[in-house]
Amino acid sequence: MSDITKQSLTELVESIKNKKLSSSEVTKAFIERSEKSKVLNAFITEDFTSALDKAKKFDQKPNLDLKLPGIPMAVKDLFCTKNVKTTAGSKILNNFVPTYESTVTENIWSEGAILLGKLNCDEFAMGSSNETSFFGNVQNPIDKNLVPGGSSGGSASAVAGQLTPITIGTDTGGSIRQPASFTGTVGLKPTYGSCSRYGIVAFASSLDQAGPMAQNVKDCALLQEVISSFDAKDSTSINFKRSHYSKDLTNNIKGKKIGIPKEYRVDGMPKEIEDLWQKGIEYVRNCGAEIINISLPHTSYALPTYYIVAPAEASSNLARYDGVKYGYRANGENLIDMYEKTRSEGFGVEVQRRIMIGTYVLSSGYYDAYYLKAQKVRRLIKNDFDEAYKKVDAILTPSTPSSAFKIGEKTNDPVSMYLNDIFTVPVNLAGLPGISIPAGHDAKGYPLGLQIIGKAFDEQNILNIAFAIEEKINFKNKITDWWIK
Amino acid sequence: MSKKSREYLINRRDNQYEVVIGLEVHAQVLSESKLFSTSATKFGAEPNTQVSLVDAAFPGMLPVINEFCVKQAIKTGIGLNAKINKRSVFDRKNYFYADLPQGYQISQFKDPIVGEGKVIIDLPDGHKEVGIERLHLEQDAGKSIHDLDPQNTFVDLNRSGVALMEIVSKPDLRSPDEVSIYIKKLRSIMRYLGTCDGNMQEGSLRADVNVSVREKGSKEFGTRCEIKNVNSIKFMQMAIEYEANRQVDLIEEGKTIDQETRLFDIKKNETRSMRSKEDAHDYRYFPDPDLLPLQISDEFVNKLKSEIPELPDDKKKRFINEFKLSAYEATILVSDIEIAKYFEEVVAKMGKNKDIKLAVNWITGELFAVLNSKNLEITQSPVSAKNLAILVNLIKNGTISGKIAKTVFELMLKNDEDPQKIVEENDLKQQSNPKALEELIDKIINNNREKAIEYKQGKEKLFGFFVGQAMKASGGKANPQLINEILKKKL
Repeated sequence: MSDITKQSLTELVESIKNKKLSSSEVTKAFIERSEKSKVLNAFITEDFTSALDKAKKFDQKPNLDLKLPGIPMAVKDLFCTKNVKTTAGSKILNNFVPTYESTVTENIWSEGAILLGKLNCDEFAMGSSNETSFFGNVQNPIDKNLVPGGSSGGSASAVAGQLTPITIGTDTGGSIRQPASFTGTVGLKPTYGSCSRYGIVAFASSLDQAGPMAQNVKDCALLQEVISSFDAKDSTSINFKRSHYSKDLTNNIKGKKIGIPKEYRVDGMPKEIEDLWQKGIEYVRNCGAEIINISLPHTSYALPTYYIVAPAEASSNLARYDGVKYGYRANGENLIDMYEKTRSEGFGVEVQRRIMIGTYVLSSGYYDAYYLKAQKVRRLIKNDFDEAYKKVDAILTPSTPSSAFKIGEKTNDPVSMYLNDIFTVPVNLAGLPGISIPAGHDAKGYPLGLQIIGKAFDEQNILNIAFAIEEKINFKNKITDWWIK
Repeated sequence: MSKKSREYLINRRDNQYEVVIGLEVHAQVLSESKLFSTSATKFGAEPNTQVSLVDAAFPGMLPVINEFCVKQAIKTGIGLNAKINKRSVFDRKNYFYADLPQGYQISQFKDPIVGEGKVIIDLPDGHKEVGIERLHLEQDAGKSIHDLDPQNTFVDLNRSGVALMEIVSKPDLRSPDEVSIYIKKLRSIMRYLGTCDGNMQEGSLRADVNVSVREKGSKEFGTRCEIKNVNSIKFMQMAIEYEANRQVDLIEEGKTIDQETRLFDIKKNETRSMRSKEDAHDYRYFPDPDLLPLQISDEFVNKLKSEIPELPDDKKKRFINEFKLSAYEATILVSDIEIAKYFEEVVAKMGKNKDIKLAVNWITGELFAVLNSKNLEITQSPVSAKNLAILVNLIKNGTISGKIAKTVFELMLKNDEDPQKIVEENDLKQQSNPKALEELIDKIINNNREKAIEYKQGKEKLFGFFVGQAMKASGGKANPQLINEILKKKL
């Protein structure tokens, strides 16, 4: 039974379809391992009893035509799940139980998957280390006291630690790709508009996008196929023809033109990262693709642009948490006093910081200098990519400028924390798809990721490239189960 | 009357002040569902029974534009002779209040759906063009109820998310009367279009009133004050009157006027400062990232144009040309679409040989008097257009006299009965048989020989006496014209 959790999603689906395993056996295996893995603190809410019931029900009448037949799965606690507490990692939603289901999770359950529980994340997805969660730090299965990245830290930890065969996260500035990179897993941020935002607790509406996190590219493709759909309930959802990402997955990338942007060679980047990138370039070349040097001239403005746009939207999106309708409420002398106390006590430090930044950049007298300017730069960043994509089919970069760091290492230095997202943020600003795949280890044995950025709606292409080099890299995650005694 | 004498001026010592008024009218879009959700918008429902997860701003809920409301706004723009903007943007207006669940109102700030237009208003001494600055779509907030409990405020979110059109006029209005006429005209246009029911009691139409004063002849605008959320025409007029005088007094005392937002206290009939310019909210407007800009094609607008009914100005022109009505009569009849409909139905039901003037007199005279006294809308008229048409025809063809018609009309009020039937059943037909009338008159003259002689000797006043006697003898049914003729002959 113990090696059930070692199986990939694709293998588990096969096993259930071939009736080698039942949904109950699989579900039980992941629950047992999760029970032994509390140290990781990956879960905010466990829904194990209900999961076992659902698995039993599935086994009584298994529908094996589904894409995720009886597959147990935990999801980031940013997705609203009907009748299951949804906190967004915040005290302010600590008592919030939605009466509705997000479109993305709805898509997953309707393909036969079973909810295991809700995974830890940075508060309102604001963070790069999962340290801003009201529910505490998450441990990276790679090493003790190592952050799993963020904001989808619980999701990354749960996949790497085999507490769930696969999961979904959300990515506003790198929140899927960075933790994937830190935990040796695969994470895809789809094109903006590919996955519905309906029922996802909003951070920055123009950047937020849900995506799959998996042990390998094929699993990732399968889940992307399930979650991506046009949804009239999200006005920014785009109705385009979606591929059968897993069925159409191929390692044949001969003749593809891959761009290498010189601006991603940032000052102070560790040599290991540079070497990894070089290795990646070699792999791609070995697969028959063509390497082309490109320029994305406005790259260095991406991070400051992001840290204006995202907090601005967040400051407004989080205004609804006011203690009036749902969630945490502090007692106050009057309405204003209640607001102030509720929001001071209900939000953590990082969220408050971003609300203040966002409020500031939208204020009259500053709007033009900050928010409007940032929107203009955002357009230039997008134009850079459009220009590059006249010459290349995809772009290869490192996922992060470093490997995972220790818990507490950067908590007092927000700017150094923000720098983590330097390679991922431009992709969100441009609304493009990007995937991070594990590509090697640093000297400490911590995983390092490579990022492949695609054209809008061209998830299939970057999945194919990732699939091709995944074979060449033959990455093995070094998980010692250190947390299981 | 000269134009000058109609001017609304405030006099102090030797100075004359002109009042400058601009209105921001909030008109609730006539729509069964809200601007960004599918909840119902019915007035008077139990609190919090018309609230969706979107209206209550639950986590992860997203707005989706209601296309019908967009069409309504465009139609209104067309009715205001305004430019329809092909691209408009929804912005968030951020502020905290208990009845604003999102913590922001979705509105349109920089790029409204409708741009500049104009409304023609009829004044006693001619027309006036009132400029429209813009029309934009926005959500209404919920309602805070403070008087149900000494400690707590209750919130009703039924209105939260209901679509409003904010129609901003240019500062073209110069008197409380002009404001009244403008609001009525705006209301009339929207009712013709079916885009707003204009019901001020239910809050479907309310306005923020911007008032400033300046010395007569000055080209510069004075500092303005905005009087928030006034919900009746009468209160608007009272508020303007008070506010204009307040500002004039300040100027006369050598003081300055502070730009501020004020509230009108209906009980004390005065405006009070609500917040100064310094205290004004910083709404931190920015484009709502949950919504794409609205893109509107020419075809879309043209299709809506083709659905626009005849509007009051055109209808008035037609009434004058086609029915030979006076401008005054036409203005009254087109002022409300339901009145116009009623009138046109009467005209249609009167058939070929019709007396439209007479019909107009009956509608604006007897019928309006009844409606006013019973406080009814024309749609609730106790007399149907069809029966009124029959009544007018009965007068026109001499079946009954105008006087008898009033009796018949009284009887019609009960059950909207057919006047023809009433006339027959009550034997009210006019006596127009010359022979019978001659006999009747002969009898009267015989009975009043002395008076007849006096009349012949020149006491002409007595003619009336004979007419009265004849009418009395006929039970009021005698054809007065015939009576006159016969009496003249016989006396």
